[in-house]
Amino acid sequence: MKLDARLTEKVVFFLLLLATLVIVVPVFLIAGLIVKNGFAALSWEFLTQSPRLGMRAGGIFPAIVGTMYLVFGTAVFALPAGIFAAVYLCEYAKESRLTRIIDVAIVNLAGVPSVVYGLFGLGLFVVFLKFGTSILSGSLTLAIMSLPVIVTASREALNSVPQSFREVSLALGATRWQTISRVVLPNALPGIITGAILAISRAAGETAPILFTVAAFYLPRLPQTLFDQCMALPYHLYVISTQVPNLKPHIQYGTTLVLILMILIMNLTAVFIRAHFRKKKQW
Amino acid sequence: MVDETSKDKLVVKDLNVRYGTKEVLRQISFAVRSNEILGIIGPANSGKTSLLRTLNRLNDNDAAFSMSGTVTLDGQDIYKKMAPHTLRRKMGIIFALPTPLPLSIYENIAYGPKLHGTRNKTALNEIIERTLRASFLWDEVKDRLDMPAMKLSGGQQQRLCIARTLAVEPEIILYDEPCSGLDPISTAKVEEAMTLLTKQFTQILVTNNTKQAARVSDRTAFFLTGELVEIDETQRIFTVPCDQRTEDYVSGRFG
Ligand SMILES: Nc1ncnc2c1ncn2[C@@H]1O[C@H](COP(=O)(O)OP(=O)(O)OP(=O)(O)O)[C@@H](O)[C@H]1O
Ligand SMILES: [Mg+2]
Repeated sequence: MKLDARLTEKVVFFLLLLATLVIVVPVFLIAGLIVKNGFAALSWEFLTQSPRLGMRAGGIFPAIVGTMYLVFGTAVFALPAGIFAAVYLCEYAKESRLTRIIDVAIVNLAGVPSVVYGLFGLGLFVVFLKFGTSILSGSLTLAIMSLPVIVTASREALNSVPQSFREVSLALGATRWQTISRVVLPNALPGIITGAILAISRAAGETAPILFTVAAFYLPRLPQTLFDQCMALPYHLYVISTQVPNLKPHIQYGTTLVLILMILIMNLTAVFIRAHFRKKKQW
Repeated sequence: MVDETSKDKLVVKDLNVRYGTKEVLRQISFAVRSNEILGIIGPANSGKTSLLRTLNRLNDNDAAFSMSGTVTLDGQDIYKKMAPHTLRRKMGIIFALPTPLPLSIYENIAYGPKLHGTRNKTALNEIIERTLRASFLWDEVKDRLDMPAMKLSGGQQQRLCIARTLAVEPEIILYDEPCSGLDPISTAKVEEAMTLLTKQFTQILVTNNTKQAARVSDRTAFFLTGELVEIDETQRIFTVPCDQRTEDYVSGRFG
């Protein structure tokens, strides 16, 4: 059978289009469904009140606050550690077997399932270091989970700063650290921040790592210290979907919508930072 | 012309430089006198850039780089007795391609003085005007010091780089083909600046343009594939060189 070239062209075009639709359509269906059903649940009360009547009424305020604490805590631990590790690897470490092993380790860490991080956090922070199930343990666990991505993004950002900038600074009598802090980091920062926000926003939506390390089923009051448990949106969603019978579905949809919106805002911030600095960038 | 009794500022002795197994400089020995302009000429691949980077220790972090021999600045071994940043503060370098930092004109020049502790605004302003005048750029940029330096033309950028180097008040300035990308007028301005700077600085000018070496340098050294063929008063190099290879090169009969 001999296929006419124009027919082949049409078939290929159709297949490619189909593949794209297979990806795009479910995303829009899911998003549309959540927005349509969740929007009705959104109200001032829903956003600012605690759950009542065994989660069947009231709002999700403690879970929103808890997720914000965790995002903040993750950033506080993961950002400095990730940036300094990347600076060490890019600017100080000479290419050696050790750095190659570290490279492989980082790539593989990025692929470790999140439940493994959760169990690791349970073992190290909750039990061994005796931080208990607490915001501290949860933040540290999420931070460790985001670190590989932050380190990788930061290294890319550092490597994209032209070598000539470093040499100019050194040639003017700067030490290596002065060069890094005054020239390299400021120019790499937009890329680093963008990568970090994306990594942390992914962590914010995870359930498994916080399951054993911080998340509470229900708390009558907001956490007071780093050593308190807190509620969190992903875990709350899991709880109301699996543990609470006779729940009105719009509460689930509303919770999902709030979680997705929070993550969307973080991702949009990252996109905005990237676009803003790309426009301003002179090199 | 510098007289024979003037003091040797920088002394290079038996210098060998390798990248990996590739030998790029062999048994180089010469001295640079205080306040002279030493021209270094030679075809591509003769090791001129490698020499400057070795003098300024910019190869320190290159794992492939290795060297033997000594380089002394005012009698001090620069590899054994000095921290690299101390050395580089005394020995500035201007690269072949203009390399402004992604900052304003003002901040580019203020970068060095700020590193070394000058914070006072009037002192910085004074440094900026003085160095921009010395590099013949002041009149062209005095009204727009806040403009990003990368928006300047190539020739202006290169003069900015010279001003930036002057601002840290080094003792020696190395130039690596500073005019290779410049038009004749910018080139003339850079050369004029260099000539005036001999009062305060010792300068080493690597150039692919033999005529430029003839115009501005007091003495000239000819390098060929990693070897120093000859070093002498510029006039002699260009009229009565000792080595046939030098004569071939300066008269354009090479290769
Ligand atoms: N960082 C480096 N790593 C490895 N080899 C290098 C490095 N720098 C220079 N070389 C090699 O050293 C040799 C001399 O190069 P160099 O740049 O010093 O020549 P040059 O005289 O400055 O030439 P040109 O006139 O083209 O600038 C070349 O063969 C080059 O490949
Ligand atoms: Mg060169």
